Amino acid sequence: MAESTLKIGSGEAIKENKLGLKATDYGGGKSTLCAACGHDAVSNQIIRAFFEMSVKAEKVAKFSGIGCSSKTPAYFLSRSHGFNAVHGRMPAVATGAILANHTLIGIGVSGDGDTASIGLGQFMHLVRRNLPMIYIIENNGVYGLTKGQFSATADEGSKLKTGVINDLPPMDLCALAVELGCGFVARGFAGDPKQMVNILKAAIAHNGLSVIDVISPCVTFNNHEGSTKGYTYSKEHDELLHQIGFVPEYEPIEIDYEPGTARVVEMHDGSKIVLKKLEEDYDPADQVMALQRLHRATANGQMLTGIVHLRPEKKNFMEMLNVVDEPLNTLPLEKTRPPKEALEKIMRDLM
Amino acid sequence: MQIKENNVSETLMADVAEEVDARTEPIVNDLTIHVATVNGSGSQSSNNVLMRSIFQMGVPVSGKNMFPSNIAGLPTWFTIRANKHGWIGRKKEVDLMVCMNAQTAREDVEALQPGALCIYDAPLNCKTMRNDVHFFEVPFAKLAADLSEDSKLRKLLTNMVYVGIVAELIGIERDEILAAITKQFKGKQKAVAANVAAIDKGLEWAKANLPRQNKWRVERMNATQGKIIVDGNAAAAIGAMFGGVTVVTWYPITPSSSLCESLIEYMKQHRIDENGKATFAIVQAEDELAAVGMVLGAGWAGARSMTSTAGPGISLMAEFVGLGYFAELPGVIWDIQRVGPSTGLPTRTAQGDINQVAFLSHGDTQHITLIPNSVGECYEFAQQALDLAEEFQTPIFVLSDLDLGMNNWMSDPFEYPTKPIRRGKVLTAEQLTELEGKWGRYADVDGDGIPWRTLPGTDHPFASYFTRGSGHDAMARYSERPADYKATVDRLQKKYETAKLFVPRPVVDTRDGAKIGFIAFGTTHWSLEEARDQLRREKGVETSYFRLRALPFTDELKEFVATHDRVYVVEQNRDGQMADLIRLEVGEDQRKLRKILHYTGLPPDARTITDAVLQMESTIGLAEPLLLVRALPTLGGTAPAVIPTIVPQTGSREVRAAED
Ligand SMILES: Cc1ncc(C[n+]2csc(CCOP(=O)(O)OP(=O)(O)O)c2C)c(N)n1
Ligand code: SF4
Ligand SMILES: [Mg+2]
Repeated sequence: MAESTLKIGSGEAIKENKLGLKATDYGGGKSTLCAACGHDAVSNQIIRAFFEMSVKAEKVAKFSGIGCSSKTPAYFLSRSHGFNAVHGRMPAVATGAILANHTLIGIGVSGDGDTASIGLGQFMHLVRRNLPMIYIIENNGVYGLTKGQFSATADEGSKLKTGVINDLPPMDLCALAVELGCGFVARGFAGDPKQMVNILKAAIAHNGLSVIDVISPCVTFNNHEGSTKGYTYSKEHDELLHQIGFVPEYEPIEIDYEPGTARVVEMHDGSKIVLKKLEEDYDPADQVMALQRLHRATANGQMLTGIVHLRPEKKNFMEMLNVVDEPLNTLPLEKTRPPKEALEKIMRDLM
Repeated sequence: MQIKENNVSETLMADVAEEVDARTEPIVNDLTIHVATVNGSGSQSSNNVLMRSIFQMGVPVSGKNMFPSNIAGLPTWFTIRANKHGWIGRKKEVDLMVCMNAQTAREDVEALQPGALCIYDAPLNCKTMRNDVHFFEVPFAKLAADLSEDSKLRKLLTNMVYVGIVAELIGIERDEILAAITKQFKGKQKAVAANVAAIDKGLEWAKANLPRQNKWRVERMNATQGKIIVDGNAAAAIGAMFGGVTVVTWYPITPSSSLCESLIEYMKQHRIDENGKATFAIVQAEDELAAVGMVLGAGWAGARSMTSTAGPGISLMAEFVGLGYFAELPGVIWDIQRVGPSTGLPTRTAQGDINQVAFLSHGDTQHITLIPNSVGECYEFAQQALDLAEEFQTPIFVLSDLDLGMNNWMSDPFEYPTKPIRRGKVLTAEQLTELEGKWGRYADVDGDGIPWRTLPGTDHPFASYFTRGSGHDAMARYSERPADYKATVDRLQKKYETAKLFVPRPVVDTRDGAKIGFIAFGTTHWSLEEARDQLRREKGVETSYFRLRALPFTDELKEFVATHDRVYVVEQNRDGQMADLIRLEVGEDQRKLRKILHYTGLPPDARTITDAVLQMESTIGLAEPLLLVRALPTLGGTAPAVIPTIVPQTGSREVRAAED
């Protein structure tokens, strides 16, 4: 397997970030998930990405639905408010919260059951709205919390521990997000932390909805022989779309690759995402190409990872709504209660 | 009342005809006009103009639209009631019928009381249907023929012609019609001119061709000066806007859609700041689950948020509302009640969501609910609900209904709020510093059951907490300990108790020596007040009246029941949902309760209530405890008839009004 990340800069791990905080300041409560559950790995990757990006945790709001995956917001960023909503309906809660305060940095964690089954409708409408937040699906092909039933992302032919075979075609949430016009679509693998951290950093820099489908094995119910979402199987079938590098806006690093070997995408905040091609010249802004590439990988029995689709310029929902710059929840009464003359005029019109 | 059996002789007919012409004492400013048209034919503007011109003549008036669940083609009716005493609830007798719809002409005519007036479109040939009604045949097609080249416009103008005919027949002043038209068409010159021409056509033709009638007249009086006409949904929208709402989410459903649609219009006019930016966000959600989820998410993050829906939407919101209750999330939910499921009578009115709303969701949930009876209270409660939501950190329901929400009501102009809005217990970063970060999200530090909260984004390292359902301790730490759960739900109950001191108090009218008391709420009020007047004038019976305006019940309820011998709970559903809640509340005294239930899809009328009371008053000696006898199936008939009768039940403490 090729290296999934680009080495940019010294590559040395920092001990303290720009806010003078340590990685441990981004930690959360003690996890209650099974040892070696993929979801815990993703939590650690989230902690690292937010720490390295020097995000102020007080400005972050965490959201989730219901499932083992949806429990994880309690295990990272304890200085951030968190909201464990109802099954499949996290998008609505997150939408409301961000409408109320669009300066919040929203991060949602869902599962494949939570998103692809009960929450499919809300997920699709969240994507259509391009609500500025990060939406992570910790995808293990099963319902972990209810003890191992198939989910809608389980591959055709994959086998449950009990021997039950899945006859139904899987849903590809990345392809769905691309189809619905999402401006940031990526797939990661809990077993490739470096790639995930870079994807997450890029998502933090994105000023719109970022959908990250991360293959996150359930060691208890879906990591056996015959499973297609286990660690071993996923590692063997991980097909890298490109190598990813992330350059924060404050790092004056020269990016010089041989012409034509890498694409550099500048993000809203001035940071840069470097995508070094590994195969054909892949244009992440091309919706049709993204769909083709995803479908080809699936047809070949491969799991495509990387930033599949990237359109940082897309207008987000708050911009479409043309709301004031201040968060709506802090507007003083003078701004939210029209003057007496306004009521008098309305009354006159009704007389 | 069995109209069909009214075999009226020729002689009687002659009497009636004579009476209409020769009566010297007309009934002034007390009549009901019923207009039958086809849905989608554009009669709405004509009916509004008719209603508004009577209003402008100073006569109290109401307008009720009875429409089908259909865009075009099915029958629709509009009823205007003008009444000098201000009784503007529904009246079942129709005094002046306008028949424009071939589909319903026969049943419309058959439903009339003897002696009524009936204007009809000539081809319907209504005069052959009965001989005890005074008919006025009008060749509408001929009159409208040269009003416009455009056949579509001609159809609309035909409806304006009947406005002219009615005006001439009962004496509505032309100037007031012109003013109403200008208002209706917002002064658009071309439209105003075309409609005025149609009205004049009707007026002139009627003057030249129709016999005079002197039975019902409209005359100028002075009871509407300075008043407004508005529907409850628009009133609620105005209230919400002045109540400082910032996040509104909704999913279209009749009869609630016009609430958010009005709100969008008002907000666009009055809530765009000097930089052209919105001080609000209104989102049409993908369904009601999402709508209420957004409301609660916004409430959690500190916005004043609301949504509006009807019964089916409330059903979908059930899970989220449970979370909202246990996780203590603010948000306002308007339920504009209508009849049953979507394939029921979605465009007919009811008060059938009381049980659903009062206890919506899983576990031990109970919700603070406000119940406005008027457009004025829609305006007021819209603001109060936003305050209560934030103060009590819980979903607040407002129960309106189709009759209130979508029909036009007269009202005093709304008053500008004098008090600042109330935002509830929110800790700021500074306060957290003072507290040295020591606070518990679910700790009842004030003893009122209401904890303090922080908002996401608060810039303090100890501001954050994790929100989840009921599995937490006072510090918002995850907990499944029995004692923690019990403490949580017990505190929630205490909070509900506290709410008794803050919800709108009932309006109680206790009469000296009255043995009979009424309890009603919402739109039932209008007919009930008139029924009390009927009982007083016709039977000399004084009654007291307790108008419920909120859940939880306040202490006045028990006292009211205790101080009356018999208490009639009047409501618009089959089971007496509110009466049953009252039974639980009043304990021993429940034997005094009796139910009057009106559930036909139409608003109740005073006479039905009066008759029901008189019928049950004849059974005072009933053995205790309370016996509820189920009504016989209602007499057949599928059409929305206008004449309610009471299904007689001897020995019952429950009367169910039926319409045949
Ligand atoms: C309305 C509702 N239905 C069912 C459940 C039960 N339930 C809890 S978690 C879950 C599935 C979670 O699966 P997934 O989202 O894949 O999360 P995982 O546990 O695999 O991380 C279900 C069905 C629920 N909580 N709420
Ligand atoms: S059951 Fe599976 S998904 Fe849930 S915690 Fe255990 S390993 Fe993780
Ligand atoms: Mg799963």
